[in-house]
Amino acid sequence: MNTHTVDIIYMASAACFILALKWLSAVPTARRGVITGIVGMLLAVGGTLLRPEVKHYEWIAVAVVIGTVIGVPMAMMPMTAVPQRTALSHAFGALAAALVGTAHYFTEHEHLTRFTMAALVLEILLGFLTFTASLMAFGKLQELIPTRPITYRGQNIVNFTLFGAALVIAVMLILNPLQSGLFLGLCGLALVIGVLLIVPIGGADMPTVISLLNSYAGLAASAMGFVLGNKLLIIAGALDGASGLILSIIMCKAMNRSFTNVLFGAFGQVQTAAVAGEQKSARSVAPEEAAALLENASTVMIVPGYGMAVAQAQHAVRELYDTLTKKGVDVKFAIHPVAGRMPGHMNVLLAEADIPYDRLLEMDDANRELAQTDVALVIGANDVTNPAARTDKTSPIYGMPILDVDKARTVMVIKRSLNPGFAGIDNSLYYLDKTLMLFGDAKGFTTQLVKNLATEGGGFH
Amino acid sequence: MEADLLSYFYVFLLAAFLGLEIIRRVSPLLHTPLMSLTNAISAITVVGSIVIAGERQTTLSTVLGTIAVTASMINIVGGYLITYRMLRMFKKAAPKKP
Repeated sequence: MNTHTVDIIYMASAACFILALKWLSAVPTARRGVITGIVGMLLAVGGTLLRPEVKHYEWIAVAVVIGTVIGVPMAMMPMTAVPQRTALSHAFGALAAALVGTAHYFTEHEHLTRFTMAALVLEILLGFLTFTASLMAFGKLQELIPTRPITYRGQNIVNFTLFGAALVIAVMLILNPLQSGLFLGLCGLALVIGVLLIVPIGGADMPTVISLLNSYAGLAASAMGFVLGNKLLIIAGALDGASGLILSIIMCKAMNRSFTNVLFGAFGQVQTAAVAGEQKSARSVAPEEAAALLENASTVMIVPGYGMAVAQAQHAVRELYDTLTKKGVDVKFAIHPVAGRMPGHMNVLLAEADIPYDRLLEMDDANRELAQTDVALVIGANDVTNPAARTDKTSPIYGMPILDVDKARTVMVIKRSLNPGFAGIDNSLYYLDKTLMLFGDAKGFTTQLVKNLATEGGGFH
Repeated sequence: MEADLLSYFYVFLLAAFLGLEIIRRVSPLLHTPLMSLTNAISAITVVGSIVIAGERQTTLSTVLGTIAVTASMINIVGGYLITYRMLRMFKKAAPKKP
C-alpha cells in the first residue's frame, strides 16, 4: 500500500478525533462522540498496519491480545475507582510514548537531526516523567502509599536541581545525539523526577494533578509525532494536551490556587496549628428529627463530596432522593468542580446510582438556588462548603469559590465527627445556628434517614 | 525536511487552539468521560508503537515496541469501553407522573 493512501486514512482519523471531542460536549451527542472516536482509532491502526515498513505482524498480534485482555477488566472497574484507573492509564499512555522514543533513539541515533533529537528528548522526558508520576498518583489514590503530602526541608531545591540537570543533559544530547550513556541517564532522571513531583501532593490536589498528567501524556504523543513526522500523532496529542490543560486550569480556579502553588505548595501541612482555640458548640440531631425536617421541606439541595465516594454512599443517597421525590420534595444536587478526586468524579458516581443528570447543578447554578433552598444536606464534603473562604481573610482557603450552603434556611451535615477535614481547616459552617450536625457514617446515616422517612408513611405537608 | 518542519508546527498550533476551543465547551457534567476519552485518543501512540514492533530492526526495538503496543492497546480498549459505560449511566429524569 503506498504512503499516499495511508496519509489519507490518517487524515480521516484526525477528523474523527476532532468530531469525537466536539460531540462529547453535551450528553445527548456524547455517545456518538465515543463511537466516532473508535472509528478514528480503527482507521489509525488499520492505516498503520498497511504501511510498507511494517513487515512482521506476530508480535503486534500478541501485544493486541494482551492489551485487550488487560484493558477490558480495567474498563469494568466500579465508578468509585475511576480516579485511580485514570491515573493508571495515564501511566500506560506515557510509557508507550517513552518506549517508542527509546527504541527510535537506539535504532536511528546515527542519523537524527538536531530538531528530531530535540523532539525525541521532549518525548522521552515527558513520557518517563509522566509514567512514574502517574504510578505514584495511582498509589496515592489506591492508598497503597500515604495520601498525605510528604514534605522535607529543601524539597523544592532538590527537585529544581534534578530538573536543571535533566535540562543540561537534554541540551548536550541535542548537540551530540551519539552519547547514548547520557540518553540512559536522562531516562533515569525523568523517572526519578516523576516520583518526586508527586511525593508532596495531597489527595485534595489530585484533580489538578491528574489533569496535568493527562496533558503531559498528550504532549508526549504530540512530540512523538514531531519525531516520526506524523501529523495524526501531532493532532491527537495536541487535542489531548489542550484538554488536560483546560481541566487543570478549571481545577486550579475552583481552588483559587496557581499551578506552582499546587505543585510546590504542599497544601495541608502548614496550618494544622491554627485549628485549636476556643471551643465552639455545634448542635446535633438524631435521624428521626432530621428525617422529619427533610420531609417537611419543599426544596432540598444535597452537596456530595469525596466522603460520599469513600463511604460508597451513592446508592443510599439515590434511595433518599427517590423517597423524598415521591413525597413531593424537590431534590437537587450541588456539585463543586473539585469535589472528589478527579474532574467530574461526583457526576459519574451519582449517574451510576441512577440519579438523573438534569438534577445535578454546577456551582454557579447551585448558588443561585441555595438562597431559596429549605434544607441543604452536606454528605462528605467539607472545605468546599466553608464560609470562611468568603469571609475570613486569614483562612488558607480564603478566596476559593465555594457552595453557599450557609444561605439555605437549614443546613444539615453528615459527618463522623467535628474533626477538621483533609486540609486541616476548621469549618465555621458547623457552628452556625441554622446548622444541624448528623454524626455518623455517610452511608449508614443516609440509610437511617431513608428508613425513618419510610416508616413515617403518609407525607402530608 | 526543513519545509516539513514548519508545517508540523502549524499543525500543532492549529490543533492545540482547536482543542482549547472544543474542550472549553464540554459540560462539567462530563469531565470524567472527557478525560477517559482523551486518554483513549492519546493511545494514538499505537501508531508509532506498531511501526517499531513491526519493522523488527533490532531485538531491543522489537521488545520495546511490543510493550508499547500492549500499553497503547490497554488504553484503547479500556478507555473507549469505560467512556461508553459511563455515558450510558447518564439519564434524564423520567417525565413526572400526574
